[in-house]
Order: sequence, then C-alpha cells, then structure tokens
Amino acid sequence: MLITKVKTKEELLPSLTGRVLVIPCLGCAQSFFPVEEFNKLKAELKAAGANITSEVVFDYMCREDFTERRLEIYGEQLAAADTVLIFSCGVGIQTFAGLLAEKKIVSGSDTFYVPGFPGFTPSLHDCEQCGECRMGLTFGICPVTACSKGLLNGQCGGAKNGKCEVDKDMECGWQRIFERMTALKGSDKGLKEGVQIRDYKKSSL
Amino acid sequence: MKLTDLTRLGKFVVTSEVGPPKGINLDKMLQEAEYVRGRVAAINVTDNQSSVMRMGGLAACKVLKDKGFETVFQLTCRDRNRLALQSDLLSAAMFGIENLLLLTGDHIVLGDHKDAKPVFDLDAVSLAHAVKRLEEGFDLAGNKLDGEAPRFCKGAVVSPCAEPLDPQLFKMEKKIKAGVEFFQTQAVYEPEKFEKFMKRVKDFGVPVYVGIVVLKTVGMAKFMNENVAGIHVPDTLIEELKKDKEKTKSGQTGVEISARLIKEMKGMCQGVHMMPLGWDDKVSKILELAGV
Repeated sequence: MLITKVKTKEELLPSLTGRVLVIPCLGCAQSFFPVEEFNKLKAELKAAGANITSEVVFDYMCREDFTERRLEIYGEQLAAADTVLIFSCGVGIQTFAGLLAEKKIVSGSDTFYVPGFPGFTPSLHDCEQCGECRMGLTFGICPVTACSKGLLNGQCGGAKNGKCEVDKDMECGWQRIFERMTALKGSDKGLKEGVQIRDYKKSSL
Repeated sequence: MKLTDLTRLGKFVVTSEVGPPKGINLDKMLQEAEYVRGRVAAINVTDNQSSVMRMGGLAACKVLKDKGFETVFQLTCRDRNRLALQSDLLSAAMFGIENLLLLTGDHIVLGDHKDAKPVFDLDAVSLAHAVKRLEEGFDLAGNKLDGEAPRFCKGAVVSPCAEPLDPQLFKMEKKIKAGVEFFQTQAVYEPEKFEKFMKRVKDFGVPVYVGIVVLKTVGMAKFMNENVAGIHVPDTLIEELKKDKEKTKSGQTGVEISARLIKEMKGMCQGVHMMPLGWDDKVSKILELAGV
C-alpha cells in the first residue's frame, strides 16, 4: 500500500502525552511517503512542546513477523515511550496494535484510496483507505473495518457475548476498542467528543 | 403529543409497537393498533424490522395518525443514506409526526435480502445530530431549510442488561449529547439489573421507558438467550413457562410474567414500551394487571 498524508499538528498535539516514540514505515517501494511533510510536522510538534524522544523505522509494518522482530530489537525505545506515533497505512497500525496491547498508539497519517492496488502483505487487518484515520481516537483498532457496520460513534445493540450480530466468530470491533481502552487505562473522553460522520469524498479519487 | 411532554406532566408513559405488513393490506396492523387504542400514549411503527423488507413506516404512521393514534416513527440507518433519511424526516414533519425513534438498525444479513448493500452512512448518534440540525433550520450539509423548521421529539434505544454495560452507557451519553430526549429499552427480564442500570443513568436526566417483550414459549425464551443481544431470560422464568403447558400456550403465563415485570420496574423508570410481537390483544390485560 499506498498513499498517506501526514495529519496536522493541531490534530495530533492533544493526544501526544508523555514521551513520544515516532515510527514511520517506509516499506512499500511503490508508496509515496511524504518525507518532507513528515520532517516538517516533527519539527512543528517539537516546537509546540511535544516530547519526541526517539525515532525508529519499521519497514513493512503490515507484516506481522517483521513487526514482531522489530518490537524485540527496539524493546528499549518502546519501553521508554508513553505514546507511539505511527506513520503507516491502516493495516500497519493495526498489526502493530495487535502485537503490542499495552501501548498507547496515535495514528500520524491518513491513508487514501488507490484504485487497483490490493495491498502488499496478506493480512487479517483491513484498511479501507478512508482518508481520515481515526485510530488515534480508537486505540489502534479501526472502527470502519473492525465493525461490520463501520460505526464511528460507538457500539450498536447487536453484540452478544462480545461477538458481532453478523457472525458468531467475529469479535465486536467496538468491544475490542473498549477492552483495549480499559487495558491501557485510557479515557473515553476523546471518543465522547463530537459526532463522527464520514466524509466519503476522501475515500475516492 | 410528544412523549417527553407527557413525562414532564408527571404521566407514566405507555407505548406499544406494530410492524407494517409485507404487502399493502393493512387490516392486521390496524387490528393490532385497535387492541391498544386508549391504553397507550403512542404506537411505535417499526422500520423494515429485523432487516425484513416491508411497507414503509412513514406511510403506516400517517395512516395510524389519520385514525387518531399517536405514533413513534422508527428510523434506521441501514437502508437509507443521509439524503434519504433527512428527506423522510421532513416528510414526517409535514405529516405532523413528532415522535421519532432513531436507530442504527440490524445488519442486512439478518434479514430477507442478504445480498443487499448495507448503507450505515449515518448511525444512531449522527442521525440524532442530523435531526437536531433540521430543527435548527439546516440540513446536514449546512444548507438552510426554506421556511419553518421541523420540530420533533427524539428517542433512541439502549440495552440495560447488555454485558459489558459500559459501551452501552458511552453510546447513550453520546446520543443524549447529540440531542436524544428519551430512551426505549431492549426487552428486560431482570429487574435487579435494570435497577442498577437506572442508578447509573440517573444523572443523564432523560426519561427511560422500559421494554417488555411478552414471552410466548419456552423455545422463544431459549432462542433469545442464544441469539438476541442484551437479553437474558432467567431460568426461573423459563421454568414458569414450562410448568403449565396449557396456561403458557393460552398466553396467560406470558401475560402474568409481563405484568409482574412491569409492576417491579414501574417505580424505577418513567414508562413502559410494549413489544407484543403479534400478541397485541394481550397488552391491555397486561397493563391492567400491572396497574398502569
């Protein structure tokens, strides 16, 4: 995958608490990684008071075995960080979140739709390339793809024993978000604010 | 009459529910409505209930209204995008339909058109927000409405016996912030759980009308325990249904259980919402036994 665009300083700053580890994924040879904008954003965040303590590269974050290995290699940097700011596609972020349940993750970029590009690594995680990544709010679990209805404002009434109404083998995405929030001792304050409505202009070219 | 106005006047609000037909003959639906005439403040009209295609709820509401019934127009996000939803809301306002029940809706695959496209452009929260915007004189895109803005009484649902409860409470709070003024609940069979729920939502300050689904058979109770989210029928009630087969078959056991549940819970909340699922002829008796 694909095309990403870095988020703005204003959007990211409130969620960058404590020591911040920055992780870009520069994996896909075909991808457009906005290096210039990425560097500019980091400088802006630092100037605005974000405590960015280190940076490591996780290429092909979407590949679980690669990411697992890098989590070992960079164990020290990860342990020292309170927040991990990730610049990758939605599949990469979810792979990372799936392997590291106890770390606060913020999505630093939005993934945009690219027609005819099926993705690099087969994965259980899915990114719909909606162009407005909300995973910084939803603790690294994508409500668009992890919820069968793609609900953005919370769980529907259809989950039974943690499973989705469409399939007894499918976990309720919103329950996963709440479980992860609880595990991280996170607050639902960010989720509670405002009404989330998708902008479908952003998910097509 | 807005349901919340009745609550404000100190009235215990009783509502019931009918489903439009799969076809254009309204005899059965109207008969069901007649069974509860004078006994309920309003009748909910479901919207392609359980994702099964039926006649539209808006038309059914209009017919009922013309026959002197107050209605609650149920609106789900499954089958319509934001244009269609807002358009139907304006149509409802034009017909003088005030009470709304705003739902996300069951998924398409639970119904009879499993190959259809699920919409979910909005959800229950963003739909409530859209209604609020219409009331303020604007559509969701920010365009100004011509003339007088519509006025509604906005309801939504919550599942008091869901486990875990926190995600439900979170959503309930979001719905209230988006403008929801009353809640009708998923069916409750466990008054002690409902009491705990009511304690936790006390500070939200919105009326809650407890949902009652009349138990028809042991099989129905077991099916709901297996398959329906947020519902647990305790073993004691299942035993009660098993005990006297004839009495259960006649509906008497279900009537007694429902009446008892309402009696136990009426002091905890502001109303009751009956979902008789075809047993509309028994609603009056249940309410009488429950003393409401």
